[in-house]
Amino acid sequence: MPRPHVRAWFDRLFDLLPPVTSLGAALAVASILLIVMNANVGEAYLALAAGAFGTENATAETLVKAIPVLFIAIGICVAFRASVINIGGEGQMIAGAVAGVTIAIAFGGRLPPLLVIVLSLLAGFAAGAVYGGIAGFLKAYFNVNEILSTIMLNQVAVQMMNFLLNGPLLDPTEVGTNHIPKTARILNELQLPRLTIGWFDGVEVFARTRLHYGLILAILLAVVVYVLLWHTPIGYRIRAVGFNDRASRYAGINVRRQVVLAMCLAGGCAGLAGVVQVLGLQYRLQTDGSPAGFTANAGFNGIVAALFGGLNPFGAIPASIFFGGLLVGAQNMQRDIGVPASLITAVNGIIVIFAVSSQVFVQRRRQRRRNIEINPPTTASSPEAAAATRKAQA
Amino acid sequence: MIEQVFTASVFAAALRLATPYMFASIGEMFGQRSGVLNLGVDGIMLMGAFFAHYVALMTGSAVLGVGAALLVGALLGLATAFVSVTLKAEQGISGIGMYLFGLGMSELLFQRLVGTPRSVEGFSAIYIPLLSDIQFLGIGEIFFRHNILVYVAFALVPISAYIINRTPFGLMIRAVGQNPQAADAMGINVARVRYMTVILGSMLAGLAGAALSVALLKVFQQNLTSGLGFIAVALVYFGRWRPVGIMIGALLFSFVNALQLQISAIGLNIPSEFAVMAPYVITIIALVFASRQTEKPDALTKPFERGE
Repeated sequence: MPRPHVRAWFDRLFDLLPPVTSLGAALAVASILLIVMNANVGEAYLALAAGAFGTENATAETLVKAIPVLFIAIGICVAFRASVINIGGEGQMIAGAVAGVTIAIAFGGRLPPLLVIVLSLLAGFAAGAVYGGIAGFLKAYFNVNEILSTIMLNQVAVQMMNFLLNGPLLDPTEVGTNHIPKTARILNELQLPRLTIGWFDGVEVFARTRLHYGLILAILLAVVVYVLLWHTPIGYRIRAVGFNDRASRYAGINVRRQVVLAMCLAGGCAGLAGVVQVLGLQYRLQTDGSPAGFTANAGFNGIVAALFGGLNPFGAIPASIFFGGLLVGAQNMQRDIGVPASLITAVNGIIVIFAVSSQVFVQRRRQRRRNIEINPPTTASSPEAAAATRKAQA
Repeated sequence: MIEQVFTASVFAAALRLATPYMFASIGEMFGQRSGVLNLGVDGIMLMGAFFAHYVALMTGSAVLGVGAALLVGALLGLATAFVSVTLKAEQGISGIGMYLFGLGMSELLFQRLVGTPRSVEGFSAIYIPLLSDIQFLGIGEIFFRHNILVYVAFALVPISAYIINRTPFGLMIRAVGQNPQAADAMGINVARVRYMTVILGSMLAGLAGAALSVALLKVFQQNLTSGLGFIAVALVYFGRWRPVGIMIGALLFSFVNALQLQISAIGLNIPSEFAVMAPYVITIIALVFASRQTEKPDALTKPFERGE
């Protein structure tokens, strides 16, 4: 039997399995596709990297793209840890954005700007939480598959947004014209400030880029959710339900309440993604009417980032920046060497498939380890005896 | 106004638009009855749609296009089955992976191989002799002037019901979906049955894509399905895992689609968002009721472990 610290080290190694295998598979598939397309593989990856991090502005754009993805990913960590598969990031983000922009427009100029920003963020969180909570409630009390209900709710949210942006919330200056569906612009004082980082010698990084304080908010949220999940009873209960709902019920945990709570938290995080996108970047809610018109698929990319980050809010930070970089870099790749940016969507799919597939191996190893600890292998020396103990345990 | 909206051509369009839902959803039903939730249907549809369109564009033959769609559906079904059955990955999440793969891949191929949307000749309508001439209530126009895939889709309803309920293969599918342990003890190869249903379902998903790209719209473009495959998955729940129920659900969605097209065609100024939203809301409500029913396969989404 290996010594404990060696085993712990092995455990950590195994935890790295999902991101490593999925990245390897993604690289392999992407390379094959590039070769089939007669593109120079090295050149393509260079263009991708340069587009994502090559210049100060490129890096800033990568971070800008990463912000909504990170908000969603943090929420996905909570939901997936409770074994609730929330595919509704898109709809919850829209709900948050609609609520946030409504507050910002209604109270802008009438209340102190900081208060309006805070109210707007709270409204976005609340709207996302309610919207996610619907799916959680339906799962907990009516046994409705949350994957399907969140997908349906995504479509409902898109249509609701289209209706509001073409009617009640339409920018007054656009009324009567052949308009683009968008709200009025929020006041300058309500816009989240641009983020510049002071360096030594008075050099400022990210000055004159679109990077905004949403990044700081997202990182703060990651800290809060990490503490919530691993250092509070609430998080303990949520994770317990995800780990084994039957055992949690016997331990006296109200499983239904945890499911609703997990969906509310996940929805709230996604709602914040929506408000922050409005207050920090677009300064209005705007869409082209298509399902991804406002969200740019952040709801799906957030799932990819959360899985890639090992369902840990801190892991989600580099993972989201990585995917932000892929999205921005892909545009450059398309411009420079003519490889369509949709390659990245396909690669994201590969990453998801390999991440979940290899996750199973990690879990199975843990399960085996637990069995060994309960039942040391000395009692089960022959395969028959091992089978018998396994049967007895089950 | 009512006469302008509810014309025979709207009902005929509803039947036509129901085909992709029905192919995808009946295919999904086979997988779910055996215990596998294939959430990647939309991605597989997109790949089927692209290949059908591309092959039809190159060869001029819609039939060869359909063949290509079936083939690519089978390959992606094999991959889905490998991930869900052999690797036992969480089906809800891996399905999203397959969706993203199909979404990105079909667009990538389209941009590299075709570029701009081009229409194909595709399947044309077949007028059934005598029946298509019936004027009474527009029956001829509504039921008997469609392309071949529409007839196939509706024929699939009794055929698939017969397979599931009256054949040994159907019995195996139901056994594996209800109680895989018992099925295994009876000597049924659980994994093999699930591979077969998932591959069959994915071929039908590919066919559903082809129905869009060579029979209904006759073009391909980025994200052609716009989430239709996800609705097909929900329709299985809506229809309580039965082909007739699925058909009713498919007609509900397609009828709303047809109405929406008609309303915008005759220039009525009604906010269409609520009409588009309605089927989704109805589906959610149906899901609430479906979940209380006992028709749901017990082993749905649960990977099979021997000796549990």
